Amino acid sequence: MKSWIAFWNILKKDLKNYYLKPPNISWGIIFPISWTLMQLIRSPGGNILELLPGLVSMSVLFGTTSMLAVTITFERSGRSFDRLLLAPISLSIMVLAKIAGTILFGIFNAFVPIIFASLFIELSIVNWGLLLLTVLMIAITSALTGLLIAVSAKQVFETQTFSNFFRFPMLFLCGLFIPISSLPLVLRPVSFCLPLTYGTDLLRGTITGTNTLSPLLSFGMLVVFAVALFLICRHNINRKWIL
Amino acid sequence: MGMVSVSNLKKTYGNVTAVDHISFEIEKGEIFGFLGPNGAGKTSTLNMIIGLSRPTAGEITVDDIDVKSQTKKAQAIMGIVPDESNLYNEMSGFDNLCFCAALYGMRKEEREPKARQLLEQFRLKEVGKRPYKAYSKGMRRKLTIAAALIHSPQVLFLDEPTTGIDVESSRQIREMVLELKKKGTTIFLTTHYIEEAERICDRIAFIAEGQIVASGTVPQLMESISHGHAIHFVTDKNIESLTVELKARFKGSKVTIRPDHSLVMVSEQRIPLFPVMEFFHDKEVEVYEARELRPSLEDVFVKLTGIESSVLKKDKEKGGRQ
Repeated sequence: MKSWIAFWNILKKDLKNYYLKPPNISWGIIFPISWTLMQLIRSPGGNILELLPGLVSMSVLFGTTSMLAVTITFERSGRSFDRLLLAPISLSIMVLAKIAGTILFGIFNAFVPIIFASLFIELSIVNWGLLLLTVLMIAITSALTGLLIAVSAKQVFETQTFSNFFRFPMLFLCGLFIPISSLPLVLRPVSFCLPLTYGTDLLRGTITGTNTLSPLLSFGMLVVFAVALFLICRHNINRKWIL
Repeated sequence: MGMVSVSNLKKTYGNVTAVDHISFEIEKGEIFGFLGPNGAGKTSTLNMIIGLSRPTAGEITVDDIDVKSQTKKAQAIMGIVPDESNLYNEMSGFDNLCFCAALYGMRKEEREPKARQLLEQFRLKEVGKRPYKAYSKGMRRKLTIAAALIHSPQVLFLDEPTTGIDVESSRQIREMVLELKKKGTTIFLTTHYIEEAERICDRIAFIAEGQIVASGTVPQLMESISHGHAIHFVTDKNIESLTVELKARFKGSKVTIRPDHSLVMVSEQRIPLFPVMEFFHDKEVEVYEARELRPSLEDVFVKLTGIESSVLKKDKEKGGRQ
């Protein structure tokens, strides 16, 4: 019960202090809309439905990775993060509480292009339950990637640099712009080591029914990535932040 | 075993030894001061005790709980005030206190009245709804201490609590520390203010270059360097002409006559005042003042650590500018 009180209050504090601030809300709305418009202008005759999985993936990825890394690095530089490390709650509860806010922010980001697209096209073929589950899994793995970055960064600007170092190669290798089958042979194994590859494929299956991998495999891989990233993050926090 | 027990504690960062096999115990309800210049190892020691840093070697227990293996259990009974106030800028004083209480699992119906009570106690009630970033340094410090007390800890760790804040806030903080001691809270305090340590601590440890060079009560520390007794007399006239007579009359004492109408008598035994007063009375010399000279804690620190007090004063100035 005590851990739950701490968890809920860390989440509430993060939502109020960081995610529900007007600049972040507007960024969460403008960024996905800009991506959507950019894709529509680039290919005016393109099918919005086909673009949607990519737009959702990018919105979640960019929203979650940068936000968590920045907020944690900011709290660490002001040493308020020490309060969490010194609180009598387990490191796992603390990590879960910190990523929970980002996951909710990522889900909010994901649904902006979906709502925007719904103004132009019929979305009745979408499996909403599976879509929400997929968005949740992408948000979890992206948030944990953000946390992994935060553990390595000392300054806020470093988090941006490290985030981009992960994000952009991931975008090009996950099959979003270029199908994995068209990538050079040497890069294909790398694609299958990225959680976004499985997330995007699941989204394709959910929205357009054009997935290339088994949904069960993709979902299983996302769970494996989430657990592995969580354990690595917890280990790194324990090693690097408790000196 | 004491409330806090530290044994053979060591911390190294690469080739640098920050804390070098130190041991001490703090009794329940005691104020224990850790006095030393910047870089002496005070904060490194504190961080290991509170579980924010891992010892390279040594043992730490707080209320018989092993801090290394049961860190979270030990942290539940600790209140921690870091050297820099570290609450959340965007949140009000009241919300900050409630958030800190929630980290210790306190329910809303427990934490809100406690937060109000602490704001009142720390004279911050009027600014309780103001964001923390709008607080003065002194107010921030007081709120940080209040946040450490929100869950009524058994042991309070204060790292340089009065560094860089105004005189009035420092005085209030010292009063609060003494008040907490009366209520039975055990307090570990690091400082580089000699007067502060002398005024509020039951026992003090001097730390320099990662080692405890001396520890004890203030009288014990003073006793460790004072050899004999000294009395300073202030008279109404110059008594240099009485030098020979004085030295002949008080052979067991070393008599030093100063040109400023005063003399100092030093002896290995206590000096009875009556014969001296009688001597001056016979010579028609009025004595205005007779005062026992004792070494100050600063003298003890300098003598035992080999560190000039000016180093501490420089640290103090640095702290004030921060």
